[in-house]
Amino acid sequence: MSEQTPQPPAPPPAAAATAPPARSVEEIKADPLVAAAVARVDEAILGAKEFAGEITLFADRDRIVEVCRAFKADGWNYLVDLAGLDYSKYPNHTGLRFSVAYTLYSFAKNARVRIRVWTDDKYPVPSVTSVWKTANWHEREVYDMFGITFSGHPNLERILMWEGFNGFPLRKDFPIRGIDTGARIYPEVFPEGGGPKEGSTGKAAADVNLYKGEWKRYGNWPAAQIAGGNGAKAPAKPAVAAKEGDE
Amino acid sequence: MFDVHEMEVNFGPQHPSTHGVLRVLLKIDGERIIDAKPIVGYLHRGTEKLFEHMTYPQCVPHTDRMDYVASATNNLGYVEAVEKLLGISAQIPKRAQLLRVILSELQRISSHLLWLATHAIDLGAMTPFFYTFREREEILDLFEAYCGARLTLNCMRIGGMPEDMPPGWLEDLQKLVDKFDGAMDEYESLLTTNRIWKRRTIGIGVISPEEAIDWGLTGPPLRGSGVEWDLRRAQPYECYPELEFDIPVGKNGDTYDRYLVRMEEMRQSNRILKQCIPMIQATPEGEIKAKISKVIRPPEGEVYHSIESPKGELGYYIVSDGKTTNAYRCHVRPPSFVNLQAMPAMVKGHLISDMVAVIGTIDIVLGEVDR
Repeated sequence: MSEQTPQPPAPPPAAAATAPPARSVEEIKADPLVAAAVARVDEAILGAKEFAGEITLFADRDRIVEVCRAFKADGWNYLVDLAGLDYSKYPNHTGLRFSVAYTLYSFAKNARVRIRVWTDDKYPVPSVTSVWKTANWHEREVYDMFGITFSGHPNLERILMWEGFNGFPLRKDFPIRGIDTGARIYPEVFPEGGGPKEGSTGKAAADVNLYKGEWKRYGNWPAAQIAGGNGAKAPAKPAVAAKEGDE
Repeated sequence: MFDVHEMEVNFGPQHPSTHGVLRVLLKIDGERIIDAKPIVGYLHRGTEKLFEHMTYPQCVPHTDRMDYVASATNNLGYVEAVEKLLGISAQIPKRAQLLRVILSELQRISSHLLWLATHAIDLGAMTPFFYTFREREEILDLFEAYCGARLTLNCMRIGGMPEDMPPGWLEDLQKLVDKFDGAMDEYESLLTTNRIWKRRTIGIGVISPEEAIDWGLTGPPLRGSGVEWDLRRAQPYECYPELEFDIPVGKNGDTYDRYLVRMEEMRQSNRILKQCIPMIQATPEGEIKAKISKVIRPPEGEVYHSIESPKGELGYYIVSDGKTTNAYRCHVRPPSFVNLQAMPAMVKGHLISDMVAVIGTIDIVLGEVDR
């Protein structure tokens, strides 16, 4: 029989070669999806990146309202999501600690884009409630969870935690197991807005705190392995009770 | 000289009509509402904080507990978002995709049946509750046969499904699907042309389409106002592009239209199920999971992915730092949280009992509002 061995197929190209090369900032800014809106506020867009087909633009914090208005005028009339991020434990991160991400959707274009701003404790972010009404509760939640203040917000108060709660839960230095909230249970003892004292897990108010023991670690729950990767061992002895936060 | 005696009344967290622990501070003049301020957070359990401390597969059961009434769609949103982050969305086998769609649509029907039961009971109609829960029990039996749980299913995995359907499951599903249209006619006969129902729902909680988009409403509240937008059509996922279904859209943006939209959505979900059953029988058995590594460590990046849950657009915004097996940040965009924000705008000037109707028609689940 004729040995008509077909040519072996060429080896599959390496994954890096088949994926399109990452676009530069100018190319992303000129993408037809966002080009018109970016053109109106060009100096306020400081950077851009793309991942999994989604465009993220980095905007200047002080001009975010203007940027959002330009986008809304271009057809991005639906604010999908307003999220806060804490970059303090992100590997190789330099720059401000917090970021606020605005995800927008346009009905006409049927596409999403994300705008991000960088901020810190000290810098309030201008509120975009005047652009989209739905930002109201989203910004309250970001304030509640991270402590990022929004200037010009109609009623910036806590929404998920109760008033008088002392702390911002989604920050990376807030312990996963929670903090002593005796202040709320015993208002006659603790001052208004009071809460955990320095280095406390209830120890400082031992006479009124019902739970007088240490915070124990229960089992091998692989919690709190944020930037250390898995395999972080439990501490040898939980003697350092006051410093027990996340490892 | 008559004064307007404004009274501030607490529609407290413990109340049978608030669908969970929702507190609304009402400023009323007699029985008319001048302003309503919802206060939420009574069911906040720190889900987003927990997501940062667990590996990606470990988070799946936690997503069940947010919208505990429709947990399959919560799971679906999360696993799809992680798959998008990993870049393997195209590699999910067809059988797994169809099974995901079947479970999501069953969940949509079950969630809407619960909505109908509770909404009607809030407004005084007790009978739909008994009728709808009959079919809902059969759906929960199907869930139990598949994954062992009735309510918080944990029925999806990153990359596919945990296991294949048990023998006889498709036949039971076929029986349910065949009788469901008749059951829908029964429910409609109770309320749709009922004079009392119409007087309590027509013209209540009206919201215009532009306002609805500005407030970020999604799901049946948005479609009831006339905006024809459904994520299964606009940003399709799984195998929805191959399925035929219509999107019901209302006209006036009031409670009655939202009721009609959800009733029709149940019929359309049944239609989708009827199409899926022969399609899934044609796929090879056993292929229900894509080949991914055991340890899920996505590359550095961020992704936002949303699906159409029974309540609206459920989105997951996941940021990965490329180095760890935990999400660096996983933010959930809950439809009920955003829809509830529009409630004060919808109840100004109505009576207190109309506010009960509006809370029911927005269909909130506090587990999702508070996470």
